[in-house]
Amino acid sequence: MKLTFPHMGYSYVAFKALINELGYEAVVPPEPSKRTMDLGVRYSPEFACIPFKVLMGTFLETIEMGAEMAISSGGVGPCRAGYYGVMHKKILNELGYDFDILIFEPPQSNYLDFIKKLNRVKPRGMSWRVFIQLIKKNYRKLEAIDQIEYLMYRIMPYEINKGDTYRAFKKALNMLDEARTKEEIEDALWEGRKIIARIPQDRSRNPLKIGIVGEIYVVLEPAVNFYIQRTLGEMGVYTDRSIWLTSYTQKNVIVEGRIGEHDIHQMAHPYLNELIGGHGINSIGETVIYANQGYDGMIQLAPFSCLPEIMAKGIMPRVSREVGIPVLTIFIDEQTAAAGVITRLEAFLDLLKRRREQKAQEACNA
Amino acid sequence: MPVRVGIPRYLAYFSYYPWWKTFFEELGFEVITSSPTTKKTLDDGVEEAVNDACIPIKLYHGHVVELKDKVDIIFVPRLVKVRKFFTETFCPKFLALPDLLRASINGLPEILDTRVDLSQGPLELFRISREVGERFGVGLSRISRAYLLACKALRRYKKLMQGGMLADEALQHMEKGGDINRDKKRDLTIAVLGYPYLIYDSFINLDIVKKLRKMGADVVTAEMVSPRSLLREAKRLPKQMFWHYSNRAMHAAYYYMNRKRVDGLIHVTAFICGPDAMLDRLMEIEARQYGQMPFLTVSIDEETGSGGVDTRLEAFIDMLKRRRVQR
Repeated sequence: MKLTFPHMGYSYVAFKALINELGYEAVVPPEPSKRTMDLGVRYSPEFACIPFKVLMGTFLETIEMGAEMAISSGGVGPCRAGYYGVMHKKILNELGYDFDILIFEPPQSNYLDFIKKLNRVKPRGMSWRVFIQLIKKNYRKLEAIDQIEYLMYRIMPYEINKGDTYRAFKKALNMLDEARTKEEIEDALWEGRKIIARIPQDRSRNPLKIGIVGEIYVVLEPAVNFYIQRTLGEMGVYTDRSIWLTSYTQKNVIVEGRIGEHDIHQMAHPYLNELIGGHGINSIGETVIYANQGYDGMIQLAPFSCLPEIMAKGIMPRVSREVGIPVLTIFIDEQTAAAGVITRLEAFLDLLKRRREQKAQEACNA
Repeated sequence: MPVRVGIPRYLAYFSYYPWWKTFFEELGFEVITSSPTTKKTLDDGVEEAVNDACIPIKLYHGHVVELKDKVDIIFVPRLVKVRKFFTETFCPKFLALPDLLRASINGLPEILDTRVDLSQGPLELFRISREVGERFGVGLSRISRAYLLACKALRRYKKLMQGGMLADEALQHMEKGGDINRDKKRDLTIAVLGYPYLIYDSFINLDIVKKLRKMGADVVTAEMVSPRSLLREAKRLPKQMFWHYSNRAMHAAYYYMNRKRVDGLIHVTAFICGPDAMLDRLMEIEARQYGQMPFLTVSIDEETGSGGVDTRLEAFIDMLKRRRVQR
């Protein structure tokens, strides 16, 4: 059977490996393009959010490529993402496609359902032990991908020859793609990190530091957010984003030691005292955390008409005022053009630079 | 002077106002409601609210602006869940509403953002009422009395709506009494579905309901169906939606489609309403599958003119009439 899955950043490397190793044929979804967007927009409700439309387009493209079933994730709301599966299925059926979408709901909501669905994916004759080992191994691959991507954004603002870091990252990603066994994955990760860390750098720079928060899909999918992190990195800006597929940050990054969901919610409570679905409350809480860490500015990425992020945006001015950090909110839809986003980014960077100079001046005078 | 409690005449107002009013009045507060929505409410709201928000949220801001200098407390309950039903909550915009108001409007009086989550059990509402009452130093016996009367008022209100009244008619009837004017039966019946704050606010929906009646169609809404009948339709959905009002509207759509009691469905939706992006398409698909039920979406935004809506309604009604003759 030919299986496909949603495209989300560089994670396709791990998903592809898992599906192939299970004995199915993986249809790797193409990176979201103009065509994906056009297809998706044509068949989606007008005010559905951009992830819905891109996914719709991706499914249609993969159907053309011969995919028979997709694996995707569900949710318990109140973010609309949890309802995508039902809608996609209904719309595709109306269009006359016999295409199944297997939606994995969060296991906590219904263990039995979760296991049943795993059982559907598990090939006959494969033992549960082997099956789980395969999943674990490829999860490790996913973690490795997150780690090299994270490293890339840390090195990028210091690179001397523009584009070096990204090329090194691509090389590392290829090595991970080719890694088969557990040991090979570890070796590839080790080698990859070395390649990226060894590109020529100018460590005397003091780059602007920007934190990126927002809705998970537009933060994770560079093709949808206009490669914002890479663009900023190549402009010489140090960026850190709060969301990683394997929650890499929450374990290691933002603050020394562990920081969990709970702490983020605690930080948000003075401004927003309720879970509003998606990453709404995280956007608020993480902004406070980044500000406390001495970041210069924040970028909030969100799909147009996103329920939780609109609320977060409405509350953001108050947060920004009280913790003293400028926030740029970018809402993305099919009309958003790269040129407009770049202009806004440049203006925002100018503002941050001036702000930094002002602060330095004040420190001198005091 | 009694404490003045302000209640914005929007959003959940149409579902729970009799409860709130009775409760606060029995506690000895003066209840001040904002006036019905006008152009000014909309303008105020658009000015204050975050620009990506939907119109209902902007209108709510407008109502709060009107109240803010007239009252001591504005009652903006944080409605989370009103029943235990899968993962259903209110729309995220309801959940964050008090926080949003605090962030966007300056010079607000105190906001009473009582968190309402009734999924815990039948006694939860009383516990919440007691918490509110005790915060203002009211004795337990008085709170209990207010609570019981409030529940009674709400029951009566819901009964009236199930009997076929619209929200404003039911409220008027409860306040002033008077006869329930059951006018003569018209030849068409149309289900107008959507959120109470779109269907019962005659400014924002350009008086669709009255217009339809004038054109010779009876109007039925989700509130005219008993909750039990609505719940019976729930199993038709492969997965329940996450939003209270959306579920109600969808269940009502199934109810009216399957009982064949209506000639057509009209879905009233607000521009850029998130849950409606899903709900609207779902209704459309289901209406087509359940025997080609005529279906019309009326989308409302700041600039909607009554001319455009009138034309579409007339065309829809004409189509229904012709269909009827053909049969």
